[in-house]
Amino acid sequence: MFGFLDSAWSALPYGVRTTSLIVSKIAGILLPLLLAVAYLTFLERKAIGYMQVRVGPNRVGPRGWLQPIADAIKLLLKEVIVPTSANRALFFSAPVLSVAPALAVWAVIPFADGVVLADINAGLLYILALTSLSVYGVIVAGWASNSKYALLGAMRSAAQIVAYEIAMGFALVGVLMASGSLNLSEIVLAQQGSVLHWFWLPLLPLFGVYFISGVAETNRAPFDVVEGESEIVAGFHVEYSGMGFAIFFLAEYANIILISALATLMFWGGWLSPFEGIFPTGVLGWPLIGLLLGSGIHWFLLKTAFFIFCFLWARATFPRYRYDQIMRLGWKILIPVTLVWLFVEGVAVVLQVSPWFD
Amino acid sequence: MTTALRDYFDSFTLRELFKGLRLTGKRMFSSKVTVQYPDEKTPQSPRFRGLHALRRYPNGEERCIACKLCEAVCPALAITIESEMRADGTRRTTRYDIDLFKCIYCGFCEESCPVDSIVETRNFEYHFENRGENVIHKDELLAIGDKYEAQIAADRATDAPYR
Repeated sequence: MFGFLDSAWSALPYGVRTTSLIVSKIAGILLPLLLAVAYLTFLERKAIGYMQVRVGPNRVGPRGWLQPIADAIKLLLKEVIVPTSANRALFFSAPVLSVAPALAVWAVIPFADGVVLADINAGLLYILALTSLSVYGVIVAGWASNSKYALLGAMRSAAQIVAYEIAMGFALVGVLMASGSLNLSEIVLAQQGSVLHWFWLPLLPLFGVYFISGVAETNRAPFDVVEGESEIVAGFHVEYSGMGFAIFFLAEYANIILISALATLMFWGGWLSPFEGIFPTGVLGWPLIGLLLGSGIHWFLLKTAFFIFCFLWARATFPRYRYDQIMRLGWKILIPVTLVWLFVEGVAVVLQVSPWFD
Repeated sequence: MTTALRDYFDSFTLRELFKGLRLTGKRMFSSKVTVQYPDEKTPQSPRFRGLHALRRYPNGEERCIACKLCEAVCPALAITIESEMRADGTRRTTRYDIDLFKCIYCGFCEESCPVDSIVETRNFEYHFENRGENVIHKDELLAIGDKYEAQIAADRATDAPYR
């Protein structure tokens, strides 16, 4: 029977085979991602609830596990309301502009050694380009809504993302100086050795800057003046309902997962195991324990999950920044810090400080 | 000078931020205070002020003598009373309406009543399904009083020493 399937498969034209393979790979990345996004909303409500000494949602299904499904169905069934004076074409394209880059970025993320959809050499550049594109969704949404709150939110978002893009870019420059590559798989492989070989140690200030700018880029608390409920209602997506709102939500949470995944890849060794270099290599050869302790996708997912949790933790802890303070932090603190550390790192690269820069 | 330097250093190590994170992290594992309402309920005081009721004497005679003190004291003007003389020469209400949308549940009517007739029960779980049902009339109020009389009397007895 498998022989029949095999021959049927090879009978297909080459183009069809490649396309179906790529599409199934894309589905294999995006479907778990969308599920993760849905359950991230649930995790967020639960985690913040627990930190506020509440129990969070627990009514839909066992212990509230069906809550994200109920939310999704509710949003899908709701009426899509278009404001009378809105620009219809832009109004409907804004959520797409917002979600498309957030999903397309995942093409270059390596989940484990060799497990990557597009192993391109300019991966980091591709990521920077696409994450910068996502600001257009926000701006177009704010402008097309023809509402003052939406416009104010979009303006804030534009200024904030531009300011933090620079600090983030500089932090990534530090990573590629250390690894000597723009290919994400190679960046991870450059960190091989042990926990101390990972880039978080030599690039600790850059990691801090990267994570803070990542929070600002995704417009999350404490940098969520873009949505600022108490000032401008809900900011750029105030006029959106039903599906449009759901898609903005999806993009925001996909971006959170992305920033966490990138932090893992660039500073915390990606799929590399933290036990590397601690146990003798013989232990890693054992059947099940070796699989668990050795490098693999589970370490990547675990580290990413921790950084996602840090996003929620920060939201539950810190009050919202004032807008001018956000600008001050971005331009006058984060950017100088990155510049100073890039200089220090440059000196270290020239001196070939081991074990990172030799 | 040294404190300024220390503050500068502190802000770069994000010390205060980590202190905050530690606090919320600890709270995550503390026991939760949520009362899961339909399954669990908070204890009520005998002075609880919920849905209104009109009471009767043990012999079945309604207590209200239409003195209209409650109508006068009501800060929200939620009470409307009309009265007339009955055949036996006593004054009784012909109409006793409370608009529950206007009522602010302050309990002044209860305080002002010289014969302990208008009271507020412990019932706070009620709703209306049609317009106009928010105004409850004398017969409904008396029915509520009959239904909860045991509880009402017990609550009055508990509170009596403090009045």
